Amino acid sequence: MTTETLLRVENLKKHFPIRGGVLGKEIGSVKAVEGVSFEVKKGETLGIVGESGCGKSTTGRMLLRLIEPTDGKIYFEDQDVTELSTSDMRKLRRDMQMVFQDPFASLNPRHTVEKILEEPLKVHGIGTPKERKQKVRELLEIVGLSSYHAKRYPHQFSGGQRQRIGIARALMTQPKLIIADEPVSALDVSIQAQVLNLMQDLQKEFQLTYIVIAHDLGVVRHISDRVGVMYLGRMAELTESEKMYDKPLHPYTQALLSAVPIPDPLYEKDSIVLEGDIPSPSNPPSGCAFHTRCPYKMDVCTQKVPELREHEPGHYVACHLYTEEGSAAGQNKQLPEEGKHE
Amino acid sequence: MKTQEKVLDVKGLRVSFFTDEGEVPAVDDIDFYVREGEVLGIVGESGCGKSVTSLSVMGLIPNPPGKIIGGEIKLNGEELTTASEKRMRQIRGNEVAMIFQEPMTSLNPLFTIGSQLMDAMLIHKMGNKKQAKQRSIEMLKLVGLPRAEEMMSDYPHQLSGGMRQRVMIAMAMVCNPRLLIADEPTTALDVTIQAQILKLMRDLNEKMNTAIMMITHDLGVVAETCERIVVMYAGKVVETGPAVEIFKDPQHPYTRGLIQSVPDMRYKKQRLYSIPGNVPKPGSIKQGCRFADRCEFAFDRCRQEDPPLYKTAEGHSTRCFLFDEKEETVHDNRNTVKS
Repeated sequence: MTTETLLRVENLKKHFPIRGGVLGKEIGSVKAVEGVSFEVKKGETLGIVGESGCGKSTTGRMLLRLIEPTDGKIYFEDQDVTELSTSDMRKLRRDMQMVFQDPFASLNPRHTVEKILEEPLKVHGIGTPKERKQKVRELLEIVGLSSYHAKRYPHQFSGGQRQRIGIARALMTQPKLIIADEPVSALDVSIQAQVLNLMQDLQKEFQLTYIVIAHDLGVVRHISDRVGVMYLGRMAELTESEKMYDKPLHPYTQALLSAVPIPDPLYEKDSIVLEGDIPSPSNPPSGCAFHTRCPYKMDVCTQKVPELREHEPGHYVACHLYTEEGSAAGQNKQLPEEGKHE
Repeated sequence: MKTQEKVLDVKGLRVSFFTDEGEVPAVDDIDFYVREGEVLGIVGESGCGKSVTSLSVMGLIPNPPGKIIGGEIKLNGEELTTASEKRMRQIRGNEVAMIFQEPMTSLNPLFTIGSQLMDAMLIHKMGNKKQAKQRSIEMLKLVGLPRAEEMMSDYPHQLSGGMRQRVMIAMAMVCNPRLLIADEPTTALDVTIQAQILKLMRDLNEKMNTAIMMITHDLGVVAETCERIVVMYAGKVVETGPAVEIFKDPQHPYTRGLIQSVPDMRYKKQRLYSIPGNVPKPGSIKQGCRFADRCEFAFDRCRQEDPPLYKTAEGHSTRCFLFDEKEETVHDNRNTVKS
């Protein structure tokens, strides 16, 4: 892994308008992503976790401009992605590819595997038909299928095999960055492990950089070098994966980690069961969005949005417990115990 | 209070679906039981027959194409496979209740929460309208819903996923059943909400002494809630035993592989163990052990004969020839499995 930055995201925002009334005027907006910043280094895997509606998928799609950002900047190798024209963007997608969650819905049922895999090469005008067919066969072998599978249709494959096809398609153009949105959540446990191992093998072989978006914290820990936790459109905590799991700082991260069922009946954990539901992103709470469920809530939390700042080297957290205002206001508040989840 | 009394006792159950391609056995000769007040987990991957099993107990197998072709299902000693539809209606929701994976599609969007809750009681003649209302409100409070009185007149779309699942649980518990079947009750929910629902189910199990049959693919959920486990693979029970033992010392190569393939959040492994091959389609394997093709310990006998369940300890059995005492040749393999 190098220290070179491949992708930099600055203050990315997406507000989806809510239309209503007789004239279909905009009557509000869903603040799906509300100012997210992070960097991805060459060759690393950044995991983004969060619960439904936290904006993790929207963020992933904005990076490829499959959804247009409302505000903010995305730099891919120092090129501002948000400024590119549609045709330039299309060219750039050679280097940035996506693997989708649902292997049943993301492959065209009327096309053979060969046609599906050849498509990205055709779009980008790479190679002669013969070379392209050769490449399709090569990649099928690489992702653990056989070259004779090329003539088959998606319905003839199982879920795990389809996800392998999805990965092969993403690899066709030899991208630098792959954004995988819930790549294994639709798969059975035994198949999930196969696909995760494949992704790791491919990363080594082709020096890929991954952004893996997932809700399963076990999967994310397994595959990621660094992890970002999102809550209601904002990044709550961002750090190396080991630190995140051993010493989570943000109360939300702590609760999230403690909520994950551990496959060991003898394991005793301190479970922090959060009260209440995730608030709606169309009407987020004031201040820190987590204050409605936070066990360490202070007055300042309801008024001011905490910024994501570096608490320790490489460990970013957005929580008033770790800001000056917060610690001044909450002198007698007990800091959440650290290192609970060893 | 836990007794040895069996609330549910299933023996030799066979369920097949009759399709254009012929008979597809979904559940093939399975035995298991649920004791009073206990939590039993049924674990398996897609197509292993775990949901078909639960639907058979409820008498909800769509017929045609599905049919129970053999075996018995005894609920509190009463045989269900031969029970009339009229009797099943009395049993369902009253003695055994079920909650499903998707709380949105299991509630009727056109009726209020209150009317759906009261329906269950009125159908089973558990009291008059006033009593039903009273009890419904109590149940909503019991499952931890705030402002229960007002919620009676809410519609399902006004509630969040976690709240809907709580309503489903309230509805299932309203007639105080002795057995609750929960089919992937938390799969559609977020982790923090899942934790709330699992806690609620554990509390209800303790408070009301309701036995729970928890069907899931998530080994974490099983480890956290269940006392005993039944592991299913391709329509067969491959291993059954106390949860603690199964996680500590899984015997069947499939159980072992399954436990090892789960990324455990507590440690970072360099590489996950993965079971080779794919989950077989129901009915695709006709001869021998269903797992033989994917098993690293398989030998000739596994491909020819169907292994029976071998008892390996008190209350723990495994469907694998590695545990046949007569199999001298496999002793080395067996040690590898156990180590």
